[in-house]
Amino acid sequence: MAATSLVALENVNKHFGDLHVLRDINVTVDRGEVVVVIGPSGSGKSTLCRTINRLETIDSGVITIDGQPLPKEGRGLARLRSDVGMVFQSFNLFSHKTVLQNVTLGPIKVRRKSKAEADKHALELLDRVGIVDQAEKYPAQLSGGQQQRVAIARALAMEPKVLMFDEPTSALDPEMVQEVLDVMTSLAQEGMTMVVVTHEMGFARRAANRVLFMADGEIVEENTPDRFFTEPGSARAKDFLSKILSH
Amino acid sequence: MEAFLNNSGAVIDGFTWTIRLTAVSALFAFLIGIVLTAMRVSPVPLLRGMAAVYVETLRNTPLTLVLLFCGLGLNSALGVSFAETTQWNVYWLAVLGLSAYTACFVSEALRSGINTIPFGQIEAARSLGLTFMQNMRLIVLPQALRSVIGPLGSVLIALTKNTTVASVAALGVQEASREMKLMFDQGVVPVIPTFIGFALGFLALCLPMGYVFGWLSKRLAVVR
Repeated sequence: MAATSLVALENVNKHFGDLHVLRDINVTVDRGEVVVVIGPSGSGKSTLCRTINRLETIDSGVITIDGQPLPKEGRGLARLRSDVGMVFQSFNLFSHKTVLQNVTLGPIKVRRKSKAEADKHALELLDRVGIVDQAEKYPAQLSGGQQQRVAIARALAMEPKVLMFDEPTSALDPEMVQEVLDVMTSLAQEGMTMVVVTHEMGFARRAANRVLFMADGEIVEENTPDRFFTEPGSARAKDFLSKILSH
Repeated sequence: MEAFLNNSGAVIDGFTWTIRLTAVSALFAFLIGIVLTAMRVSPVPLLRGMAAVYVETLRNTPLTLVLLFCGLGLNSALGVSFAETTQWNVYWLAVLGLSAYTACFVSEALRSGINTIPFGQIEAARSLGLTFMQNMRLIVLPQALRSVIGPLGSVLIALTKNTTVASVAALGVQEASREMKLMFDQGVVPVIPTFIGFALGFLALCLPMGYVFGWLSKRLAVVR
């Protein structure tokens, strides 16, 4: 199975002190697949997302990206990280750089592209996420939704093999959620491989190929979005869905 | 005033050496300070430990002792020499002591500047595939530096005044306060006005530094 899947986690375990946050996780993500990870807070879903580019270390198990095991540190890790795009809950744009510089930094410094080439590609991406007219502004001058769209453009500029989203809309004002989800939905439709940790059930239904439901560090259920939302197989998923869908 | 003006050559000479000592020591202190800071936040425990020991040791040692060590310890006892002539040799020994000492304060200022950067930005840089050094150079240090320009101004002012210790502490380096003492030794100048004259000289050096750094820190502040 590992030969064809882009991301594979085998028997991954992680502890934070006494807390067993990831328990024997086995997940594969195929090329072009959109996997949505949902679950109550504290279930380990963000940690799972962050282990895939080793922003969190793991205690045991194996993670492979495109067949290559994740290096522990150094240049090998940096190179592998450049292939795994990451979009954070709190955007994490570089405050001292303009929008355009945020997007071109990786391509110029990591991919060694020329500035002209990186600028051209960055402006195309900013155009695609609808903020090309803000290219010369600084992050603090943008709204949350705009900042998150810049963050998506920044990740896309690296031409990653897979894009990770760690609760990308959780820090946004409600009226800005849709603009970010629209960008994500169009990426999904274009065949980008994505792992999305989110509470946006509408997005999960619309864009996901597969839903992973996590609780207490375990993957409790793995299902198609249709089946998961209409007839969840596990009692915990039923309980979770009843709490979030009832209001 | 007249006596002061009669000695204006020595006064100007003294302050020229003060500025020279300050500028060169500041440059080295800044460079060493950056290296120390990078070491203190590096992923290698040995480097972190070495930098911490260095900073905590020198920061908590009186400057007089540091400069005495450069003069008596390094030069007299160990025979370390940087130049042919005594004048330049003690000058470089003083630069060594002053920059080694001041680097600790530069490093502590920069480290507090690093703490103002949201950690998520460092993670974002990592996730783009930047190496530790690229992350320091492109993301961390530029922002840390810009947030501590005010405190660095204070460090520079302290360094300017600290150069006076270099003449007292065995080295006998040429600088403004040494010229003042020589004038007193010759007994040709009135004491109080001469004191005031040299004090005003240091004020004229340090006051603009404070204003320039204050202005720079506002101008270069990173908006979050």
